[in-house]
Amino acid sequence: MIRWLPLVALAAALAYPLVLGSPAAINIGVLVLLYATLGTAWNILGGYAGQVSFGHAVFFGTGAYTSTLLLQHLGLTPWLGMLAGAAVAAALALVVGYPTFRLAGHYFAIATIVVGEIAHTLVRSSDVVGGARGLFLPILPTALINYQFQETRVPYYFVALALYALALAVTLLIERRRIGYYLRAIREDQAAARSVGVSVPRYKLAAGAVSAALTALCGTFYAQYVLFIDADSVFPLSLSILVALVAILGGAGRAYGPFLGACILVPLSELTRIQFGGTGRGADLVIYGALIVLVSVAQPGGLAAAGDGLTRRLARAS
Amino acid sequence: MDVLAQSVASGLLLGLILALSAAGLTLIWGVMDVVNFAHGDFLMLGMYATFFAWSFFGVDPLIALPGVVIVLGLVGAVVYLAVIRPVLRGSVLAQIFATFGLGILLRGLAQFFFTPQFRQVGETISSGGVVLGPVAVGRPQVVAAVGALIVTLLLFGLLDRTTIGTALRATAEDRVAAELMGIDTARMYALSWVIGAGCVGAAGALLATYYPIFPDVGAVFGLLAFITVALGGFGSVGGAMLAGVLLGVVTDVAGILVDPVYKFAIAYSLYLVVLFVRPQGLLGRA
Repeated sequence: MIRWLPLVALAAALAYPLVLGSPAAINIGVLVLLYATLGTAWNILGGYAGQVSFGHAVFFGTGAYTSTLLLQHLGLTPWLGMLAGAAVAAALALVVGYPTFRLAGHYFAIATIVVGEIAHTLVRSSDVVGGARGLFLPILPTALINYQFQETRVPYYFVALALYALALAVTLLIERRRIGYYLRAIREDQAAARSVGVSVPRYKLAAGAVSAALTALCGTFYAQYVLFIDADSVFPLSLSILVALVAILGGAGRAYGPFLGACILVPLSELTRIQFGGTGRGADLVIYGALIVLVSVAQPGGLAAAGDGLTRRLARAS
Repeated sequence: MDVLAQSVASGLLLGLILALSAAGLTLIWGVMDVVNFAHGDFLMLGMYATFFAWSFFGVDPLIALPGVVIVLGLVGAVVYLAVIRPVLRGSVLAQIFATFGLGILLRGLAQFFFTPQFRQVGETISSGGVVLGPVAVGRPQVVAAVGALIVTLLLFGLLDRTTIGTALRATAEDRVAAELMGIDTARMYALSWVIGAGCVGAAGALLATYYPIFPDVGAVFGLLAFITVALGGFGSVGGAMLAGVLLGVVTDVAGILVDPVYKFAIAYSLYLVVLFVRPQGLLGRA
């Protein structure tokens, strides 16, 4: 039964927009998949290699701005813009990662916050990229090549699903290959990994570049989905933190963890906002924060660890 | 030149408060390796406690300060027992997750009970201005900075000269060895939360004499406290002090010399530059 779980999940994911067709349900589905993809991308660096980043919004924003600027100025299709954004983000990860990967533990985490905030400030205050006003994407007719779907949001759902499938495939590939073992060795004990000949900087940089590229793909997707971007929507610290929380809640260093985390965290934040956000008094934040604290106190190993216990019990019962 | 002296002075005054709030954060980290991501929100609670003491009972912030320290110490104890102790058996990531959630919860509670409205403490015993040669600064800023310096030095004295301080430092140094010497390390953990939260409560009370109070006020200060702690070296109270003053001065001077828009970005870059040379922070142990 356990073996069929991924197939069941895939069937459920494909059927979701057909069964629950309301725009609100589609929107939640898109957001869950978007954050699952972001969390999965974060997980490669943060979960497997153990380099906790609170600056992934930089790569998200890089993807969003690269494809949007290419579309506005050169009329380049966002599909190619998306690849360009991923390439730019990967290059950025190498440049930023080279000095910061030398930092240990919390020093690294704070450095990622710092880099994120600097990027946020620079984008918000440089008029070349729209400054504080942000960028509106040109509205184009619905077509796959335009990466825009006006009449129904369902195609966006399938694009998001494809992005998630890509991120998951990359993760599973890394997990089974030598690099996956190297990354986990670096996470567990960097000195020991180095002593057995693992080139620590090289594999951290590789993980960072892959993670950044996948995150940038999501940035382009977001730009095409919302059709408006500014520094505060694609570069904020709160986004970086949410991405990390999605992966941590689900279970960092587990391939399916971020998906679980997104399934819980995204609907929770959307529903509390819809139900209690209208009061303008922060009741949604109270419930959201309280639930995060409760989950972490009850299940410090993340949801995937809770899933392990359940799987063992199921396996014993069958 | 006068403008520069002015911004150095105001940066220095803010830096001392930053140093005090960072000292609380670095103490907790040093003793038990936990980073409290709700630290800025503790500062916010300290500011509100001061404000309500003033608005309901007419107590001056400086008189209310010891009371605020006690209230925040209690908050620290409750948070330790209810949230931190249970997640200690989890990974570092679980601790990050828990304290982030706590921060969101505290901010939401503040918004719910106190409304998002900006509050300001009115006339206090420290109101007024001070002119020192070319530099004119507000008296509340000076009093708050001096107060922060005194509390930070008290913390130094506590850690350096008392038995409890020695026990705390021993726990930070080597938990198992400390236990073998008969130190109740679980109690030291709880104590570090009480003292750490008390410190940031004092910083909140001092800041409240001149700074507006609102639910998100902890966001900027919390971030600055983290950068201060890391820049100074995790676990080092002296480093936090040095880094706090440095960051305060750089922020304000950059605001004058370059552009106020970039003042925090420039102060943050300082962190990257310093860490590139000294990955363990200014006074941290390698």
